[in-house]
Amino acid sequence: MTDFSKRSVIKMVALTAVAAAALVGCGKKEEAPKAEAPAAAPAKAEPLKVAFAYVGPVGDGGWTFAHDNARKALEKEFGDKIVTSFVENVPESADAERVIRDLAGQGNKIIFGTTFGYMEPMLKVAADLKDVKFEHATGYKQAENMRTYDSRTYEGAYMAGVIAGKMTKSNTLGVVASIPIPEVIRNINSFTLGAQSVNPKVKTKVVWVNEWFNPPKETEAATSLINGGADVLMQNTDSPAVLKTAEAKGKRAFGWDSDMTAYGPKAHLGSAVINWGPSYIKSVREVLEGKWTGGTGSWWGVKEGAIDFVSVAADVPEDAKKKLDEVKAGLKDGSFVIWKGPIMGQDGKEILAKDAVADDKFLSGVNFYVKGVDGKVPSGK
Amino acid sequence: MDAYALLIAATLNAGTVLALASLGLLINEKAGVLNLGAEGMMLCAAVAGFATVVHTGSDLLGFAAGMGAGALLAAIFGVLVIWLGTNQYATGLALSLFGAGFSAFAGINYVQEKLPERGHFAIPGLADIPLVGPALFEHHPMVYLTVAMCGALIWFLYKSRAGLVLRAVGESPDSAHALGYPVRRIRLAAVVVGGALCGLSGAYISVVYTPLWVEGMVAGKGWIALALTTFATWRPARVLLGAYLFGGVTMLQFHLQGAGVDVPSQMLTALPYLATIVVLALISRNPAWIRVNMPASLGKPFHPGS
Repeated sequence: MTDFSKRSVIKMVALTAVAAAALVGCGKKEEAPKAEAPAAAPAKAEPLKVAFAYVGPVGDGGWTFAHDNARKALEKEFGDKIVTSFVENVPESADAERVIRDLAGQGNKIIFGTTFGYMEPMLKVAADLKDVKFEHATGYKQAENMRTYDSRTYEGAYMAGVIAGKMTKSNTLGVVASIPIPEVIRNINSFTLGAQSVNPKVKTKVVWVNEWFNPPKETEAATSLINGGADVLMQNTDSPAVLKTAEAKGKRAFGWDSDMTAYGPKAHLGSAVINWGPSYIKSVREVLEGKWTGGTGSWWGVKEGAIDFVSVAADVPEDAKKKLDEVKAGLKDGSFVIWKGPIMGQDGKEILAKDAVADDKFLSGVNFYVKGVDGKVPSGK
Repeated sequence: MDAYALLIAATLNAGTVLALASLGLLINEKAGVLNLGAEGMMLCAAVAGFATVVHTGSDLLGFAAGMGAGALLAAIFGVLVIWLGTNQYATGLALSLFGAGFSAFAGINYVQEKLPERGHFAIPGLADIPLVGPALFEHHPMVYLTVAMCGALIWFLYKSRAGLVLRAVGESPDSAHALGYPVRRIRLAAVVVGGALCGLSGAYISVVYTPLWVEGMVAGKGWIALALTTFATWRPARVLLGAYLFGGVTMLQFHLQGAGVDVPSQMLTALPYLATIVVLALISRNPAWIRVNMPASLGKPFHPGS
């Protein structure tokens, strides 16, 4: 073997190794079927294949982490009747369509897409593959084999606001916001309304990072809010960076989507968590029983066990905890409504008249700040 | 006024992350090697540094582990592109992808870990000066070290003999080879040192800047650092300036949003990129300057005797 060809062989081997490692690193992870399940039982019915497309990494500690916990709850609930798999870090772009189509091609019969940006891609795939069922989180477009589901995260934001309003000393709250869509704007407003319900002097400052997940940038945004006088922070981004920043600077903050106590035990005031489990279990049960129907949407909150506020800090005063429990109980039995007039816009004009209750259509189009939020909604309006 | 002091403080901190990685990449590129794997190296270093601090409680060991991880990955990259002649662009991209995946895999168990308490840094005496103190003298030592490192690099590249050799290798490897310098070993050394600096930056992010580990947490800083070297026309002082400028405009746009300035936030988000490009493009608008500063054989493989 000449020196040259020897070299090219080494080169090929090395490159293949790097490429293989890279593929393993960012490739798809399929959960192995449960160990106790029989390896091959030909008499048994094929397990239902359930797939998830995640926008972020499972290890984000927030949004995607919460979805994956629900996926695990699903496996626990149905055992060997189902097989679940997921793909993480699926960008909200044309790639999403390819991934979702691929998941369908692998025999998955129900596919969950967990971010707003998958709406159009899922709709396209759903139109082509009528025998596969699609569920899209946080969207508003449906088809005969595609439905939507969402959770009322604003209820968690309101409960966080109740605590924040009691705990702030500067009467300035800060929100690190992600992307200016109604869901996020609604959360900022609900957080502020919650705080105002116990402390009318409260003001909320908002900083947009225009991304769901970028820990260094979330840190920078939180730092700037703290520099601007905010002493209790909330975030609608996907990582625990804001809580972590508050911890480092001796301020307070909340966990969002998942319980984040571990990330900042001193700063953590409580976590507004989403439990997607009940919703996923209901859907899969419907598929298994042949009762699943498309074209509908569900929007679950505290009432259905989809939203909760957990791990309240020990130093939160009793009256605030009591108020929190009242709100939670009221949301649960329907006696308390967050979006009920009078609610004023930033300019002091009445948006919801006294005792008027906002319907879901109103809520899904919130594109204004309520009174007490600083700045302008960055929608260009 | 205090708000402005804090703004400057946050700027220096944000710029340090970029400057460290960018200065490292500058050393690579001055030797003629373009390493697009910065993001991957930084992620692996971030998890290595974070894990080390979790287990030992020592920030210094964490930084060392980050540098080690960066240097190791850079060495693999170096051997591939310098001795085996693989394409620098493709290998660098592979390193980036590999680093992102591998760091996520290695860091699974560290996602909810927390770091030990750390003290507040302040330079005695100077930190008590009003405004200037909080702005300039209450930083993590790494912030000052980065400035010192930039000074040292300027001296090394433009005043020392070894720096002259390094630049010669980047400009004309054939001439350097003819003069008897071991071109490939010098390039490998530059790549390893550059990787170590990227690693230091990654560890600084996960240990000090955003003290936690979550997958993908470097979130593009490596790519920005890569772009900075080019926009700064491969001059260390400009790299430092560009890093502070980028960090500063990032913080400024958050500050403006918090202050309720009526500019769409999407526009403000683009501002750091725009401002950095515009300023650095203005500084280095002379094309002759770019030609002088750009390593002539950047990205080109070198085979002795060919």
